[in-house]
Amino acid sequence: MKHNLIRRKLLATGIGIGGWILMGPAAAVPDDLAAAINTFSGGAAVSVGKVTLAIASLVDNGNTVPINVTVDSPMTATDHVTAIALFNERNPQRDVATFTLGPRAGKAVVATRIRLATSQKLVAVARLSDGTFWSQTVDVVVTLAACIEGEA
Amino acid sequence: MASTLINIPSTAKQGEIIEIRATIAHPMETGFRPGDSGQILPRNIIQRFSCRYNDELVFSATLFSAIAANPYIAFHTIATASGAISLTWEGDNGFAQTETVAITVSA
Repeated sequence: MKHNLIRRKLLATGIGIGGWILMGPAAAVPDDLAAAINTFSGGAAVSVGKVTLAIASLVDNGNTVPINVTVDSPMTATDHVTAIALFNERNPQRDVATFTLGPRAGKAVVATRIRLATSQKLVAVARLSDGTFWSQTVDVVVTLAACIEGEA
Repeated sequence: MASTLINIPSTAKQGEIIEIRATIAHPMETGFRPGDSGQILPRNIIQRFSCRYNDELVFSATLFSAIAANPYIAFHTIATASGAISLTWEGDNGFAQTETVAITVSA
């Protein structure tokens, strides 16, 4: 009888731990992405729109992924983009890059090449001179992951 | 000195929006990968990129480990006056490099 109780407890704990391992990381991901975006926006609300995040939806090689961010803005002295930040959902680190622009840019378009560890969400957030934040989220599928393999 | 590939038009009309594209040879070691010995390789990335047009900062970027090796950055600026456009990369282990390109702006 006593043994049975211990067995039940062990089983329950085992299932509990297993469930935590399965659920834990998956549930934690959107939170730290949101936290990273919140740090960038300083707690201000981030609306969807104005930002176009161009990236291949199916990425063959996660080691170099061309990415292009365009923000719909006249880029005048009174109305321009002051910063564009890129975030990812499942790389080891949420930040990808932050670009600082000004009216001297003429055009709010930046391009770079990034690494993607796995299929995930990417978020581009733009800060405008009037203090508002705009974003776009894109889902990408990655077939060959970066960061997994050791030194080539 | 790491080799760089910089694409800036040598001449432009005043007020024209020009595109600047720059690449620098750099491993951008993430600090998350194991090396041959199984130990995690120490991080070695470029953390900051900036562009000065006649000594005025017109664009800058903060880079993280998620930027691919040999970082490529493309952006735009308005051609205001003839002079020099200088690009600076700064990173881990005291990495710092500046390249300057001349531009002639016609009215």
